[in-house]
Amino acid sequence: MEDDAPVIYGLEFQARALTSQTAESDAIRFLVGTQSLKFDNQIHIIDFDDENNIISKSVLLHQAGEIWHISASPADKAVLSTCYNKNATQLLSIFVATSESRVVTCGAVWRMPPEWESGSHESPDDPHNSHNPQNLELLCHLDNSAHGNASSVLWEPMGDGTRVISLADNHALLWDLTESSTQATISSSATLEGKGQLKFTSGKWGPHHNCTQLATANDTAIRGWDLRTMSQIYCIENAHGQLVRDLDFNPNKQYYLASCGDDCKVKFWDVRNINEPVKSLEEHSHWVWSVRYNHSHDQLVLTGSSDSRVILSNMVSISSEPFGHLVDDDDLSDGEDNHQYDKSKEPLQDSIISTYEEHEDSVYAVEWSSADPWLFASLSYDGRLVINRVPRALKYHILL
Amino acid sequence: MDGDICATATTPPDSDPARKRRVHGMLKLYYGLNEEGKTVDQAESMNPCDINGTHFDPEVYLNKLRRECSLGELMDQESCMVKQIRSLDSDMQTLVYENYNKFISATDTIRKMKNDFKKMEDEMDCLSTNMAAITEFSAHISGTLQDQHAQITKLSGVHTLLRKLQFLFELPARLNKCLELQAYSQAVSSHRRARCVLQQYSHMPSFRGIQDDCHAIMDKLAQELRQKFRDGGSSAKDLSECVELLLQLDEPAEELCDKFLIHAQSRLEANLRGLEAELRPPLSSGPTSVIDPSIGPARRLSAAPTAGSPTDPTSLGNPFLSSSSRTDILEFIDRGCNEFVSSLCLVIASYQELFVNRPQEGNLASKNIPHMAIGKLHAFVDAMATCYFSLVERRIQEEKSVGDNSLLVRALDRFHRRLQAVAKLLPGSAVPSQGTEIVVRAARERIQQYLAALQSFYLDSLRDVRQALAAPRLGGSSAGGGSHLAGPATGKDAPASLPELLSSLSASILNQIKSVMASVQLFTAKDITFSNKPYFKGEFCSQGVRESLVVNFIKFVCQSSRQFCESVGDRGGSTPPALLLLLSRLCLDYETSTITYILTLTDEQFLVQHRSPVTAVAALCGEAREAAQKLLNHYVKVQGLIISQMLRKSVETRDWVNTIEPRNVRAVMKRVVEDTTSIDVQVSLLYEEGTRKAHSSDSSKRTFSVYSGSRQQTRYAPSYTPSAAMDTNFLSNIHKLFSERIDIFSPVEFNKVSVVTGIIKISLKTFLECVRLRTFGRYGLQQIQVDCNYLQMYLWRFVSDENLVHFLLDEIVGSTAHRCLDPAPMEQSVIEVICERG
Repeated sequence: MEDDAPVIYGLEFQARALTSQTAESDAIRFLVGTQSLKFDNQIHIIDFDDENNIISKSVLLHQAGEIWHISASPADKAVLSTCYNKNATQLLSIFVATSESRVVTCGAVWRMPPEWESGSHESPDDPHNSHNPQNLELLCHLDNSAHGNASSVLWEPMGDGTRVISLADNHALLWDLTESSTQATISSSATLEGKGQLKFTSGKWGPHHNCTQLATANDTAIRGWDLRTMSQIYCIENAHGQLVRDLDFNPNKQYYLASCGDDCKVKFWDVRNINEPVKSLEEHSHWVWSVRYNHSHDQLVLTGSSDSRVILSNMVSISSEPFGHLVDDDDLSDGEDNHQYDKSKEPLQDSIISTYEEHEDSVYAVEWSSADPWLFASLSYDGRLVINRVPRALKYHILL
Repeated sequence: MDGDICATATTPPDSDPARKRRVHGMLKLYYGLNEEGKTVDQAESMNPCDINGTHFDPEVYLNKLRRECSLGELMDQESCMVKQIRSLDSDMQTLVYENYNKFISATDTIRKMKNDFKKMEDEMDCLSTNMAAITEFSAHISGTLQDQHAQITKLSGVHTLLRKLQFLFELPARLNKCLELQAYSQAVSSHRRARCVLQQYSHMPSFRGIQDDCHAIMDKLAQELRQKFRDGGSSAKDLSECVELLLQLDEPAEELCDKFLIHAQSRLEANLRGLEAELRPPLSSGPTSVIDPSIGPARRLSAAPTAGSPTDPTSLGNPFLSSSSRTDILEFIDRGCNEFVSSLCLVIASYQELFVNRPQEGNLASKNIPHMAIGKLHAFVDAMATCYFSLVERRIQEEKSVGDNSLLVRALDRFHRRLQAVAKLLPGSAVPSQGTEIVVRAARERIQQYLAALQSFYLDSLRDVRQALAAPRLGGSSAGGGSHLAGPATGKDAPASLPELLSSLSASILNQIKSVMASVQLFTAKDITFSNKPYFKGEFCSQGVRESLVVNFIKFVCQSSRQFCESVGDRGGSTPPALLLLLSRLCLDYETSTITYILTLTDEQFLVQHRSPVTAVAALCGEAREAAQKLLNHYVKVQGLIISQMLRKSVETRDWVNTIEPRNVRAVMKRVVEDTTSIDVQVSLLYEEGTRKAHSSDSSKRTFSVYSGSRQQTRYAPSYTPSAAMDTNFLSNIHKLFSERIDIFSPVEFNKVSVVTGIIKISLKTFLECVRLRTFGRYGLQQIQVDCNYLQMYLWRFVSDENLVHFLLDEIVGSTAHRCLDPAPMEQSVIEVICERG
């Protein structure tokens, strides 16, 4: 099986926003939000048939504007949130009319129309077939006009889909959604204070400690927040030499955090000791825009960079299973053959597993599949989505 | 038989002596005297027919004749026989006659002898009677003389005894006199002679009296000797005499040894205290209070020279003067040698004279005195030497200033040389080897000090360079604001200074290394005694000088250079980029030539024999090159970052939707070009031009038109339908397909073009990424067009491949067009006009 070959899918528009459908555990499905100032923006729902190596897509219209950030509800497959710029045409009309306009980024929660799944599957070879893509159904705005531009919307990890945090300029807002998600109210908020114009660039809701922690990045600093009191717990000043672009929590190991930024580095932190990173990688030759831990095997770390590369690293030494996979894996749901444990297995060294060069433009987002832990997608600015797998040899090495 | 007879018959009977003997033989036979020739006879005698044989049987013979012989023959036989008988008869007659005569004469002689003997016997009798009379007389005389002889013998014995007694009785007086005259040795020898006798007869009261007297006197004498011994003033000869006498007086040798050594110790300790006083910093207290009052005036005297200058009223309380007036290490060691070591040698010599090498006279002392004495001496010398060494080491450690090494080396040499004397005097002592160890330690420490000095020198030089770099910039570009004038100003100041700084830095470091090596080389000079020790021949050169000093210093240079890349934050930090550039060049120079030169120099000067593994030149060069590369990369990164930050701020802070129509190139772009130019100038000072892809004449114009011409037009001129969007993507992808992937933060080569290209790449890529995050209005796009055109006009000349700049600028404009709400590009001609206006 030559299944290590990447699967490439091209979007018509430029795109930055990528997420896996968090609540979906069977199908390998990614959501991509496009960025176009001139046309109606879309959300592409990309299904990957692992066995046949076939991609199928559905397109939903996101007429509100170009999408900067997208995230899926952990509870309801059909619910997702986006951060978007107000529709360009509207903007343009305002601009033309008043010669005085602002680009405003908003956050909103949407529901996919129920029929998308049944009706509108189509082949990617036939992009012009989507004459009547369905619209997303707006559930509610995370109305933040008072708080500035939203940079991202975070769902409570493993939550019931009723709590989201939006990061807007220098505010972190915790929203409570009603059960149907049609209404959102701010339950609490935190504000980043300091001199100058501080602005959250990104954030991540920590899955540990009962989901009471939030990590945010602004400029070169990483900050940790306690959501119960909405107060700052820690602050890693100058975590990176330049702007911090992205963060991710180690899903299996408390206190461990990965960050990446414009200094081309990926750093791993133990937030109990913020003076120095546990580990630092410098493999990319330009800014690193995205870093993601594998959900099940946290030694696998994925990074995407504007040098158009995606790098998969194996950080065994700081993973939750530094000596290989010792406990019997109950989480292996994908019908793998029964494996024998090879007792003499050497622990792997920290290493770069693979560098993926399928992209030709900056890669702004990488994401693991929520259904198959050995599969990931990366999205470059030119709208190219590439689905790759962890190399087989490594996969068996980790499993066996 | 016949022949025989005939022969006998024919020969005349007397004439032949053989015949005579034959006759004798026959007579012998007749008388049975046939001892000789028995065997022959036996063979013959068995024959009964042998007429001469003993077993002759006349009957057989006759019969035989009758049977065998004819008549004639018988007749002949008979006549022959008769003739023979006749001759035999006559022989017999002669013999008898002769014998008779002899017998007669013998009888006469015997008779005469008989008469003579009779006379002699009488005379003998007379003689014996006379002798008896003489014996009698003699016995009588000796009996009378015996008594007198015994008396004489007895008298002579008494005389001798009396003489001895007289000596004994006079002994106390004599001893006293000797004591008075201080003729100790005479007294001792007298006493020794009398001692046994007195001891033997001590049961007699009178002798006992004498003995007691003698004892008293001798005790006194011993006391006096001991006193003398204890007194320091006595000369070595006196002292040895004392010891000898005391030994003869049965003074326990061990005690004497101890006393001798204690005595010596006090003197040596005085020396040591003198040395120690010099060690103390004289400014800590007044010179007099330094001196222990118990040491006494002698000590005070010896301290006077040292204390002299500080007590001088003019310099009193001036710590600088007093510290500088301290004795230098050579003087110190000299003093140590002259005072302590020579006294020690003296002590050892006299001690050995006294206790070890003395002939075993008498059995005064037990056999193992030398053994015991040597043991004590060793312990003593070791103890004293340890004190001395600790002082010396303290002094050596104070020798921190690395200015003049020759003094130290000479001091160490002297120190080491003088200890050889001890070695000669006292073979098997650990002292010389300990001394050598001290020298080795000192040398090792010296190397460390030199290394530290070199390192601090290097850091100082760096600081100077840094200041020199900072000085012309004070009013300069880093101040920002009105920096338009500052750019060229730095450009003017830098050219004069940067290469000069580099060459002066590198030269001064090299000089420093050379001078340090020259200093260190003193340790291995031929005329230095310890230079032929194995340590100084081998390990000192290879491990010490080469590895610890030279290699470590080079490593330090590389390492400290690398630290500039690491410790300082990525934000550019406090290290001026020019310093990074300079250090990079320095490291590169090291890699290409300096390291090889220095190490060759070292190997030559020190004749390093690489017995132990040493760092290879190639490894060091590799390290230097790595450092150079890292520094240069860091330089590119820092400079790129500075420009990037400018560009980023300029893009991020502007409201591109509501901007006005461009009239000018934005100031920040001019600034970018200026900075790039000054960087270019700066780098060109230290690095070669490097190769660039050949570019056409008048690149700026021509490529400019290409850039803004058809290609650009096709990219965003058509109305944006979905298919057009696909087109742009398609075109852009096609373009990318044919251009190589650009690594932005990639290692650069060691030449100017590569460095500047790296910086421009970083800057433009940042520009691109920032543009993509913004939304533009129509004029925003046009402004970017103008800016990019401006950059294009000026940046192409700096890079190795101008297509790179085109491509990146293309990307920027393309991305801006994508991010533009109302993409209406500006006319190329207008852009050109604006750009040329500046």
